[in-house]
Amino acid sequence: MISLTVNGARRTFDGDPAMPLLWYLRDDLELTGTKYGCGVGSCGACTVHVEGRAVRACQTKMSDLEGRGVTTIEGLHPKGEHRLQVAWREIDVPQCGYCQSGQIMKAAELLGSTPKPTDQQIDNAMNGNICRCGTYPRIRSAIKAAAEKSS
Amino acid sequence: MTQPDMERRRFVQMLGVGGLVIAAGPLGIRRLDDVESLAASLADPFSPHAYVTLHEDGTVTIICHRSEMGQGIRTTMPLIIADEMEADWSRCRVAQAVGDETKYGSQNTDGSTSIRLFLAKYREAGATVRALLENAAAKEWGVDVKTVRARQHQVVHDRTRRTLGFGALVATARTLPMPDKSRVRVKRPVSRRWQGKKMPSIDLVPMTTGTATYGADVRLPGMKTAVIAHPPVWGGKVKSFDAKAALAIPGVEKVIHIPEPPIPAGYNTLGGIAVVARNTWAAIKGREALEIVWEDGPNAGYDSVAYKATLEASVRKPGKPGRTLGDAERALAAAAKRLEREYYMPHLSHAQMEPVAAIARFADGKLETWAPTQSPQDARKVIADYLKIDIANVTVNVTLLGGAFGRKSKPDFVAEAAWLSKEVGAPVRVQWTREDDLRNSYYHTVAAHRLEAGMDASGTVTAWRHRVAHPAIDATFAPNVEGSGPDELTNGASDIPFAIPNVSVEICPAKAYTRIGWYRSVNAIHHGFAIGSFVDELAVEAGKDPARFLLALLGPNRTVDLSKDGLVAPASNYGGTWDDYPLDIARARHVVELAMQKSGWGTPLPNGRGRGIAMHRSFLSYVAMVVEVDVAADGTVTVPKATVAVDAGFVANPDRARSQMEGAVIMGMSNTLYSEISFKDGRVVQANYPTYQVTRMRAAPHVVDVHLVESEALPGGIGEPGVPPSGAALCNAIYAATKVRIRQLPVGKQLAGAVGRTTDSGSAHG
Repeated sequence: MISLTVNGARRTFDGDPAMPLLWYLRDDLELTGTKYGCGVGSCGACTVHVEGRAVRACQTKMSDLEGRGVTTIEGLHPKGEHRLQVAWREIDVPQCGYCQSGQIMKAAELLGSTPKPTDQQIDNAMNGNICRCGTYPRIRSAIKAAAEKSS
Repeated sequence: MTQPDMERRRFVQMLGVGGLVIAAGPLGIRRLDDVESLAASLADPFSPHAYVTLHEDGTVTIICHRSEMGQGIRTTMPLIIADEMEADWSRCRVAQAVGDETKYGSQNTDGSTSIRLFLAKYREAGATVRALLENAAAKEWGVDVKTVRARQHQVVHDRTRRTLGFGALVATARTLPMPDKSRVRVKRPVSRRWQGKKMPSIDLVPMTTGTATYGADVRLPGMKTAVIAHPPVWGGKVKSFDAKAALAIPGVEKVIHIPEPPIPAGYNTLGGIAVVARNTWAAIKGREALEIVWEDGPNAGYDSVAYKATLEASVRKPGKPGRTLGDAERALAAAAKRLEREYYMPHLSHAQMEPVAAIARFADGKLETWAPTQSPQDARKVIADYLKIDIANVTVNVTLLGGAFGRKSKPDFVAEAAWLSKEVGAPVRVQWTREDDLRNSYYHTVAAHRLEAGMDASGTVTAWRHRVAHPAIDATFAPNVEGSGPDELTNGASDIPFAIPNVSVEICPAKAYTRIGWYRSVNAIHHGFAIGSFVDELAVEAGKDPARFLLALLGPNRTVDLSKDGLVAPASNYGGTWDDYPLDIARARHVVELAMQKSGWGTPLPNGRGRGIAMHRSFLSYVAMVVEVDVAADGTVTVPKATVAVDAGFVANPDRARSQMEGAVIMGMSNTLYSEISFKDGRVVQANYPTYQVTRMRAAPHVVDVHLVESEALPGGIGEPGVPPSGAALCNAIYAATKVRIRQLPVGKQLAGAVGRTTDSGSAHG
């Protein structure tokens, strides 16, 4: 039995301890904002926070989560108004939108550690998150706009 | 309830009867305010595309009958109608249509057609509602209709300043006849509120909060998840299999053999072994535990290295004519200077971020599915045929599409879910893994090109011979297809806009050994790469600036009906007529000049950098692109800036058009620099993003400067026309930076060690 919190709610899990967090979120909790893109930690669509650190949910086993706190896109901000989410809307970043949960979660970690990132810091932080529609220039702009909002 | 009753109820619920319902189709505009006319509309050939309902509380429901995959149609189509209606945008909501050809006409969201085909209808639908509401207000007040006008969700009486809200006018409007044609006036440009202006997309909140529903996100009670082991070779079959170990995995409930249909199976499934489980993880683990012996079938020998040589041999012999103008053979022989070049582009896979997935529920002889499909009507037909049930008993709900790029116009995955749900007796969600997506796709074709040109002493091109060989999409649907027809050449090869008196464009034979399908921009990708690169090579050979050489090649302003200029029938023009959409050289020249001007063409760049230019007309739009590259000493290519000049006629939603061009530059980089699907022993070599590489943030352009030509001309496409010039512009820039000419894609490691920030790179050029 594994005890953890997801978006602040206490949860227990007694299934296959080797199951990736991704399928626990999507199938068991029906938190479908975290997306499946590759299953090998290569695309970033499943990015969530564990104890504030951005991780790939497809590479995080349930057995690694005992006592840990998981935050998904649904829990990033109670009203969905994290400054990155607001900036994403102002700049109309998404095209199909599928990868954007992961992009926003990765960017949130970046701004947490680097409040005013340079282009190079953004590129390095975001390089693991693929957007096949090609919204990268707008993602850069939105991260910078959100950084400006922080005081 | 009978099925027609159910269907009627669903439709009535969607439109909200009690309100004012207007439907617009090719046969005109009708009102369907009552259940009887709604029901009648289900069976008659009216086929409306646009449905607008004004409810008594003032809410407006607009049905979007096209699929949303990132192009913004769920915003653009409603904003046109709402603008013409004079509705308050905040009171409009969008409902997604189910797949139904009778009700909606074609819903196949491909070919960059949504606005091109429907702009006029959307406008007319909105303007009709506006006129009807004005008539209703005039009647209420007993005044001349000429003295009232609709403005932002109310009708105003000019003289007395009296107002009536749209919702309050519904009851009266329902009693009135449809407005006279002369009263239906589409807005003049100056009166438009949102068409042609920057509008935020309607799905931004769900897309940024994780609440948007894609195909993979639908959840039904009692739903099972299936992961399928497909034959690794196209046309392969299961010889034998052992499911014991798979069934021993906790959560795995069933292992089912889906029969393999004979190829070419078109949109039908590939067959294979499905593992049905309580959750996705168990299904994946179960599939890993399967022991399957495959019978690979006739395509087991497909090998990309050998096939490249086959295609190259094919283009070295004359092919079937696609366009013949003058005498290219004689003009080549007489030319003062002659250049021959060959180009090659491998298969590609869409690799859209959402691998295909679909949910289906079969019960009481009826099938309902929720799927990220570009073509719900094709899904409906395929399912009805596959399950042998009446098409009326198939309902296809369209979710958001997590990327599509043509992959999701093929409903094989929806058919799998439908078949499994019937077999299992429960709702089934089929989930393809990324490996499935890359290894069992409908691939962008692989192509070889041979281009030959003759120039006179002054460097003017007098002869052009272009031979193309690539397996055809038709081979996915019919046996014994060995290459495409002349109509595939009009996707950017035989419809070149150049002023050359002697032209021969030929299609050479090529057999298909895998499923070939549409991929964003289709054949215009490899045509654009080969032609745009060759034009740059000719400029270099002639000692001229590539952009000015391109302008000279376009020649003087003129319009050309290519069906009368050597094109072999069918001389297709992306579904448009040559009268409506002639080849317009002034527009082609203008985008080239605009891109030159806005990119600073000709101004110096640091060492290691270079600019390249290309122009392509495709999907009835004109796009010129200047790409600036930076090539590092290790051969890594990044793009500091791309400038895109676009003439797509009238653009209803310019911000989404810009975003499509940004995406086109970046997808063009993937197609050109990194991506390749190759086959060995009939199997796809690549497996996942580490081996099928696409553009990532570090390489992505820092600036994509998009210039849309302001125009009231008939709209062209937007989603696809940005991609075709991107590959050549990029490779021409690489040449400008390094003097290395790329003739085989992807660029990959071709630049490693060869180049870099050398002192004599000539990078200031162009």
